Amino acid sequence: MTHVSMLAFNALNGVTFAALLFVVASGFTLIFGLMRIVNLAHGALYLVGGYVGLTVATKTGSFLAGAATAAVAIAILGFLTDTCLLRFVRGYELRQVLLALGVALVLNDAALVVWGGDTFTVPVPAVLQGPLQLGGIAYPRYRLFVLAVGLLIFAGLWFLLHRTRLGALIRAGVDDLEMVDAMGVDIKRVFIYTFMFGSALAGLGGTLGGAFLSLYPSADVEILVFSLAVVIIGGRGSLAGAGVGSLLVGMLATFGQVWFPELAYFVIFGPMAILLAFRPLGLFGRAA
Amino acid sequence: MTSFVARRDVAILALVFAALCAVPFAAPGYKTSLATEMLIFAILAMSIDVLSGYAGRTSLGHGAIFGIAAYVVLYTVTVAGGRPWTGALLGLLAATAAAVVFALLAIRTSGVYFLLITLALGMIVWGICLRWTSVTGGENGLRGSVRPEWIASPAAFYWFVLATTGAMAFGLWRFVHSPFGLTLRGIRESESRMRALGYDVSLHLFVGFVVSGFFAGAAGVLYAFFNSFASPATVSLAQSVEALLMVLVGGVGTLVGSFVGSIAIISLENFVSFHTERWPMVLGLVFIATMIFAPEGLVGRARLVLARHSPRNP
Repeated sequence: MTHVSMLAFNALNGVTFAALLFVVASGFTLIFGLMRIVNLAHGALYLVGGYVGLTVATKTGSFLAGAATAAVAIAILGFLTDTCLLRFVRGYELRQVLLALGVALVLNDAALVVWGGDTFTVPVPAVLQGPLQLGGIAYPRYRLFVLAVGLLIFAGLWFLLHRTRLGALIRAGVDDLEMVDAMGVDIKRVFIYTFMFGSALAGLGGTLGGAFLSLYPSADVEILVFSLAVVIIGGRGSLAGAGVGSLLVGMLATFGQVWFPELAYFVIFGPMAILLAFRPLGLFGRAA
Repeated sequence: MTSFVARRDVAILALVFAALCAVPFAAPGYKTSLATEMLIFAILAMSIDVLSGYAGRTSLGHGAIFGIAAYVVLYTVTVAGGRPWTGALLGLLAATAAAVVFALLAIRTSGVYFLLITLALGMIVWGICLRWTSVTGGENGLRGSVRPEWIASPAAFYWFVLATTGAMAFGLWRFVHSPFGLTLRGIRESESRMRALGYDVSLHLFVGFVVSGFFAGAAGVLYAFFNSFASPATVSLAQSVEALLMVLVGGVGTLVGSFVGSIAIISLENFVSFHTERWPMVLGLVFIATMIFAPEGLVGRARLVLARHSPRNP
């Protein structure tokens, strides 16, 4: 491969990884933005979603069924986490984070019991297998599919947030929660929808990611830390922030891996830590 | 009245200390090493509590500072061929230096953002330890006996750790009850008010963080002596999480709670690991239960109950 096509190949890797990150991190940032919950269980939801998608896709032979089941199952799991546990610590930021951390530990260990410690890859349909000729390079079809899904979800979320009543309530809630509540809106119901929707995105992301990053017991922490980086860079509750953050983190992670394999982590989190020190609310974040 | 209480407290402390000194005689072998581990983690938990309980900044990066010290000790002695005390000194220096960097980046934030940035900084350290194979040994980590000759026996090492822990607990107790510590508590209660009163909030938080990091590093040096092994797991998020849970279970802002929490969590870990492999799940459940039922921790809860039944506050 020539130098240029190598560069293009890596850039595509970065963009497609960013698309996956966006799917996962957009759910994370919605929950963080509206409910002020840093859901540290988001990575575990991703992993369990991936495993559910894997099981269903293997049993039924349909990738679509796997992804859909994963999204629904994780939405229900999110609903249970929120109504059975997080409800008791509502309003206490730090206690919510730490409780979510406990949920993450439990879910991760439960997944280890059910699916074991082996590495799995979610099977993809024949249409999405193999490479596609793009100019001078052959690029895996599946990763391009993930890119398309990421763009679709970005468009869908933009529509939801800017063209529907629920979206308007979510945006209003991100900016000023008390005011929305005082206007007579049942913000608790909006909370539950948001939490379920954000969780569903984690479950979908798990199935999507499980087909090219594969699933293994520590995959949850890895994706969680990437999502954290995305949200910290982009800013709490911002869709545009999640998009830009995903792109930055996806690119940094991919090129960092290629150019400085020993310092790959530093390449991602170094810029993030510095950004956070100077812009604590992220690029697109606004004060609560 | 106060002097009586103080004298009673001192008497209790002296009794507890005497009892702790007797551990290697009463329970030699494995139990002594378990007690050593509890003391080391109590130091780490106290270092977190100084920030969390007194400055209102909960850190998820202290496991990394702790682990850096352990790595540096092992590297100095086993790879570079230095003496144990050189290693200990360099380990402390490295941990303090890491705390300086962490502090510079983290003190501008508070609340969840502080938690997130310390978590991310800890992950950088973890990633470097995992990938920088030529220095850190990658996943295999660094191994080797690094304990100085005269504290080689388990009992001698236990007494050494006990003495160090006692001195450090006293130092930290003085620190949080000093005017400086009071200022930290003021910052926890209201940053803007302290700023209006003319206090340099950033400087206080910076110094508080670095002091806290120094103690986490001291725990890391002792851990290297104790465990003779450091791997990416030593600097991992799980390490920070477990130490933070000790603080929470014991009681945030109490210092003594760090000992209670360390004893409780390590005993539980030991007990659970003996019967099943599901320790992470139990750890998670303890986290959830603590947050829902006893967010003030065991010591905090005991104090509340005592205050309620005390004749002076009916």
